[in-house]
Amino acid sequence: MNVTVEYQALAPIIILLAAGVLSVLVEAFIPRTLRRPIQLMLVLASIVLAFAYVVINATAQLAGDPVTNGGQVKGLRQLAAGGAVAIDGPGMVIQGIILLVSFVAALLLAERQIDPQGDAFASRSSTLPGSEDERQFTAQGWLQTEIWPLYLFCVGGMLLFPVSNDFLTMFVALEVFSLPLYLMASMARRRRLLSHEAALKYFILGAFSSAFFLFGAALIYAATSSISFSTVAVAMENSSQDGLIIPGIGMIAVGLLFKVGAVPFHQWVPDVYQGSPTPLTAFMSAATKVAAFGALLRVFYVAFGGMRWDWRPMMWVIAILSMVIGSLLAVTQTDMKRMLAFSSVAHTGFILLGVISTSAAGLSSTLFYLLAYGFTSVGVFAIVGLVRDASGEATHLSQWAGLGKKSPWMASIFALFLLALAGIPLTSGFTGKFAVFTAAIDGGATPLVIVAVVASAIAAFFYARVIVLMFFTEPPVDGPSVVVPSAFTTVAIGTSAAFTLLLGIAPQPVLDLVINAGLFIR
Amino acid sequence: MLLTTLMLIPLVGSIVVFLLPAAKATLAKQIALGFALATLVGSVLMVLGLDNSSGGLQHVESYDWIPAFGISWTLGVNGISAALIVMAAILVPVVIVAGWWDAENSGRGTVKGFFALILALEVFIIGVFTANDLFLFYVFFEAMLFPIYFLIGRFGGPQRAYAAMKFLLYSLVGGLFMLAALIGLYVVSSRELGQGTFDYVTLTSLNIDPATQKMLFLGFFFAFAVKAPMVPFHTWLPDATAEATPGTSTLLVGVLDKVGTFGMLHFLLPIFPEASKFFAPVIIVLAVISIFYGALLAIGQTDVMRLVAFTSISHFGFIVLGIFVMTSQGLSGSSFYMVNHGFSTGALFLVMGYLVSRRGSKRIADFGGVQKVAPILTGVFLLSGLSGLALPGMSSFISEFLVLAGTYAVNPTAAIIATLGIVMAAVYILWLYQRMMTGVPSKEVEETVTEISRRELVAIAPALAIIIALGFVPQVALNVINPAVDQVQTYVGVTDPESAVVIEGSGS
Repeated sequence: MNVTVEYQALAPIIILLAAGVLSVLVEAFIPRTLRRPIQLMLVLASIVLAFAYVVINATAQLAGDPVTNGGQVKGLRQLAAGGAVAIDGPGMVIQGIILLVSFVAALLLAERQIDPQGDAFASRSSTLPGSEDERQFTAQGWLQTEIWPLYLFCVGGMLLFPVSNDFLTMFVALEVFSLPLYLMASMARRRRLLSHEAALKYFILGAFSSAFFLFGAALIYAATSSISFSTVAVAMENSSQDGLIIPGIGMIAVGLLFKVGAVPFHQWVPDVYQGSPTPLTAFMSAATKVAAFGALLRVFYVAFGGMRWDWRPMMWVIAILSMVIGSLLAVTQTDMKRMLAFSSVAHTGFILLGVISTSAAGLSSTLFYLLAYGFTSVGVFAIVGLVRDASGEATHLSQWAGLGKKSPWMASIFALFLLALAGIPLTSGFTGKFAVFTAAIDGGATPLVIVAVVASAIAAFFYARVIVLMFFTEPPVDGPSVVVPSAFTTVAIGTSAAFTLLLGIAPQPVLDLVINAGLFIR
Repeated sequence: MLLTTLMLIPLVGSIVVFLLPAAKATLAKQIALGFALATLVGSVLMVLGLDNSSGGLQHVESYDWIPAFGISWTLGVNGISAALIVMAAILVPVVIVAGWWDAENSGRGTVKGFFALILALEVFIIGVFTANDLFLFYVFFEAMLFPIYFLIGRFGGPQRAYAAMKFLLYSLVGGLFMLAALIGLYVVSSRELGQGTFDYVTLTSLNIDPATQKMLFLGFFFAFAVKAPMVPFHTWLPDATAEATPGTSTLLVGVLDKVGTFGMLHFLLPIFPEASKFFAPVIIVLAVISIFYGALLAIGQTDVMRLVAFTSISHFGFIVLGIFVMTSQGLSGSSFYMVNHGFSTGALFLVMGYLVSRRGSKRIADFGGVQKVAPILTGVFLLSGLSGLALPGMSSFISEFLVLAGTYAVNPTAAIIATLGIVMAAVYILWLYQRMMTGVPSKEVEETVTEISRRELVAIAPALAIIIALGFVPQVALNVINPAVDQVQTYVGVTDPESAVVIEGSGS
């Protein structure tokens, strides 16, 4: 087969991965003092450039017949790299969301004013926690600039993941973005043992789920003699190999549902969210979820779309479990990061409602929800990272008492994010929930929506509890305070808050965008 | 633009007051009062501009908001909502003057915050009564909770945090059920029309199949029943009023809770006519239970604020009863009742607030013999109380009579049982009067209870004056309300039974 490479369509992915390689070279050859500014420029510039390419691709005037282009007037809609990658409307929207969120998260990673010792990462992660080496490196102000190449590879993998058009490419993308995440999760500057534990759990469970994914792909290949989504879809229609196909679908679902953090594959979520450096938690909670849902959508809409009567009952159960267990367990948490982690599990359940609809409305509403949730999630963890006392971040809920008095502005913005997570009208969270609920009812999943509404009611309770704690209780005497961050974090929080409000009050332009994104290419 | 402007006035006022420096407390109060009065003038102009020959929506304005979901900024009023808006616009300045020192006396929050919240609340009140896009209605319905939540939670009594949270959770849960039904309604409309919509007028013309109607009806009804509140969803109300300042209670019970009954009248009946008829017998039973249960518990209370709260539960029973018998007397009686109840309960809360702030106790047993010490205050108390028990000559009598007459025409049993509620009203008010006002004043009462001040009198006078005035010339209000009532009947497709008692000036 003569493979041609469509550079324009693949440009965002290529830019990020090339920047990653370049970034490794920077680590190798540039003196230590210069590395940080250069790496930072490289990261931000490559993300901006990649985003520009996504915009160019999405608005490109197409030659030829609109019918063959999927009824669209604008935007690429083609298979690239010999059919291994599918660049289409929803794929580009997902890529755009990942890039936007990554840009904001990169700003958080770059922050080094909130911790007097440096940024959020260990000064040298090869040193033993508590050792003399560690103390010396910290005293000398070393920074672990190796996070930047890891970050670039991670974002590059995430860009490829949702546009992969066969199971092998998807698996490679999965590993490309997962491995850097495992590493970065272990690199927290404070509470390093907790961070190591989190990373190890994440790695072992992640490897386990990757194996499931691969095994599932093998079973599907055995049944259909293909790994390409469109061929698989056609072959499944005529196949009688249900004994291979159903377990195959199940195993691939396990691999993907692990990444999105759905119950019962959610056990890693609270530990990893809690143990990782907070800026990385912000990045993971948003970007990983977006990328993984992008891939989930593509697999279940394109490859398994014809089998939806078989996988829908399974997804119903998982959506219900995620919403109910996520909300209920969040109520019992006393640690802010763990509470938000369980809230993220519950949100996975809500997003699954859109996936289950398997309709145009389901797809567009899921895309909207991902954008809305991505920004809110980054913003909420950004603020969690700011509340500190002498020993580092103060994440115990009781330490947040009376914060509204000390820092009314930060507390108000935090309250805004919480209200958005709770889905209160005029915030992005409400618009998103409204969109997926509508799509779900239209798709015949009314009971699911009722469960979702009940889960939202439970969730509203624990979000409201934090707001009450911040505004209506007296601050403890030796309580933490909100550190004044540098411009990096300020811009990140500001952007997130602006999107959260804007998508709640005037969502029409973005709704148009996700609706016009059309369907997946087959 | 009239209705949007009407909302902008208190909104601007709220922002201005909020931005004032905290030290300028008096200025904040004056500005708040000014904006409240300006809103009142605006709302009176709005009513004068109504065409009373039409029961449809008037002053309509509509702009696209989120076309992808068929959501628009659609405002409009009919006679019923217009009357309720005027009532609210009168009560807000009344509450501001009556609660002139409440913020200082109960204070954690700032004075300007208190008045800014009241004005913000007024914005949402006007919004919720004028919204004729169901989504917009829902947004105002939920938004309304937050100023009240802060008014209770920041300026309330010792148990305020508990009361505020209970209020918020009850309302949010009710709101979420409404949201589920709202989404369902949207999907139904998109199936029927091709493009989903939240437009009120369009939705009333849908033909929803009865089974779906019943489901959706229950979602909305639950939210409205919590808000109204009806037994058994009422337990948040006594706690909230016991902890809130009297002004907050006035707005909460007098105006906000009307959103529940207004919603039943304006949305449930016209959009789900079949389901309304189907559930009417059950709801009538619930309403009669509310009338009785509220009155019984009012008799048994030892705390004056809780007592007034339970009288309101009883009164809301009457309102719901009138709505679901669906006769023209019942409907116009209920609509008129909503207006009257705002003034009479408001007056009761305020006069209780005057007494409680003097004596420093809400226990009925701590009073006694007040009429010897403060005769004018006692007179005001008596007037407010008599309007609460619907004495002839008071406007509340007219509305209660209309509801009962309208009920008798279709459901004599319910009417007869409900009439007993009037007797019980006499018990709880007159016995309260006896315990608090008559007898020999105790030493504490003599020391603490002083005569009503001029400010307090000025604050409460408009409410009492309106109750008496409307008692003699109810046509002023009924002429505005009745065309809208006819329209509701047309939507539901009901007519009055032949045997209906025809009352001059009511119904068609």
